[in-house]
Amino acid sequence: MATTLAPHRRLRRLRRLADYTVLSILAFVFVLPVLYLLLGSLKPSDQVLSGLTGFLPTHLSFDNYAQVLDALNSDSTGYFWRFMGVSLLVAFVVVTGGLFVNSMAAYGMSRLKWRGREAVFTLVLLLMLVPFESVAVPLFYMFNDQRNTLYIQAVPFIANAFSIYQFHTFFRKIPPSIEEAARLDGAGPWRTFFAIIVPMSKPVFASVAILTFLTQWGSFLWPVLMVSDPSVRPLPLEMSVFQGQQPPDWGQILAFGVLLVLPVLVVFAFFQRWFVQGVASSAVKG
Amino acid sequence: MHGLLMSTPAVAGIVAFVGVPFGYAVVLSFYNVRLGSPLAPTFFGLEQYRRLFTDPDLSGPFLRALLNNLTFAVVVVPLQTGLALALAILLNRKLKAIGLFRSLFFMPVVFPMTLVAVIWRLILARSDQGLLNSALHAVSFGNWGAFDWLGDAATAMASIIVLSVWQGVGFQMVILLAGLQQIPGELYEAAELDRASRRQQFRHVTLPGIRGTLVFVAMLTSVLSFRVFDQVYVLIHGGGLDEDATRTVMYQAVTTAFDQNNIGQASAITVVFFLIVVVLTLVQRRVVRPDNED
Repeated sequence: MATTLAPHRRLRRLRRLADYTVLSILAFVFVLPVLYLLLGSLKPSDQVLSGLTGFLPTHLSFDNYAQVLDALNSDSTGYFWRFMGVSLLVAFVVVTGGLFVNSMAAYGMSRLKWRGREAVFTLVLLLMLVPFESVAVPLFYMFNDQRNTLYIQAVPFIANAFSIYQFHTFFRKIPPSIEEAARLDGAGPWRTFFAIIVPMSKPVFASVAILTFLTQWGSFLWPVLMVSDPSVRPLPLEMSVFQGQQPPDWGQILAFGVLLVLPVLVVFAFFQRWFVQGVASSAVKG
Repeated sequence: MHGLLMSTPAVAGIVAFVGVPFGYAVVLSFYNVRLGSPLAPTFFGLEQYRRLFTDPDLSGPFLRALLNNLTFAVVVVPLQTGLALALAILLNRKLKAIGLFRSLFFMPVVFPMTLVAVIWRLILARSDQGLLNSALHAVSFGNWGAFDWLGDAATAMASIIVLSVWQGVGFQMVILLAGLQQIPGELYEAAELDRASRRQQFRHVTLPGIRGTLVFVAMLTSVLSFRVFDQVYVLIHGGGLDEDATRTVMYQAVTTAFDQNNIGQASAITVVFFLIVVVLTLVQRRVVRPDNED
């Protein structure tokens, strides 16, 4: 046995080395664009688009960031912090409002019995199949007189069929004994939900919140249709406007890009586990 | 009754912002309706659809968009699913720092598509100072000249595909990884005792074990690939991307509604888009279900 085991082990070590090599090469290729973004945002603009030397970390400074804040600081261009504020506010309303109404609906449809429940849930499942893209045009037409408002950027996205579905999948598996105990203590369905079910369902709240935030933060199609006024313009739309300037100031454009992705990277860094779990579980069960 | 009360706000919201506009899209597609036109909408029957598919002047861009979208899907679905599977298998090991690798591959998923488009606009820049061009110049010892990747009709779609896969593959990878982790480890141990090679293990343990997830991911990717819009829009508006070679169905719907104010026609495009997505989704349910029940 010993004689066959030794080469086996050596083979294993070789394989491990091969795995690391392949992984490292792939990871390097994947990270290159991100590295380029970061370095470019810290370099003088004329040295960003300069072939392979664009990767050299020379003359690094935060000047571009200061210049972005300086360039986007008037009524005609809009204000950088306002773009950021609009994006944060819209995302905040969509995430918190969404957690509230969608979890409540999912609880009503998964744990309480009422006439028409099955029909309503089937309707939700059917509407889950309708991608936002296929209602963008009629919504644009219906709400044309509300263009350039803040609330039209948020309100249509609060109620979300997929979020309901995610909550529903989670709530369905809660053992009925918990609710029975609450009922014996005299708690009605509302108190049971807010005081017992919500606190014990943190994982699903976390993953729905993160998924909603991520989708909302990058949202582009709806702002393209509904927003032209710089005073209510969200960051991704301004990214598109800002990169279209002639001639392009690359250092500033990339600095803007870093500021655009920073909030979502922070969320990702801290809540990665919930995020990955949420994506994976909803899909595997889907 | 409490259940109904609890459900009402969200269900009302979904009906108001998804159900109603969806029905409205179908209705609008039968009308000649323009935004800001002083004329009242007139009933048009199937004229919008006839124009989209057969009118010699109007059908060109739409059919091109349909073809572009199809090309995008046909390349992206196997490419992205295959790459995601390869990454998931590589990451499904008990190696040190595997979490770091997982985060690195997943990171682009959190990048807004508008930013991804801008980064790749620089990488693929047409000047000889563009990253890809100068890299090719270096490895070909100067034989490779500058090439306009985004602006040339031959490579414009390929460019969009590459940046889309880069951004999106981590998403599919995570789903497949979760699928792989549900395969019992004993199966691999048994296979190893039987001296099955890595390739044999892949064919007889891994593939059957994640067949359902794999089909799910492929179908999900194909639905997503018909929704492509952001990167195309950003790069056409200021990025020098060849418009005709990369316009997609959603791009066509938006420009028809927004730039031409032609709501009726844009609604018809929307309905066609939805029919494609529904067919794909139904196929997905049909294919995935038998596997999920056992």
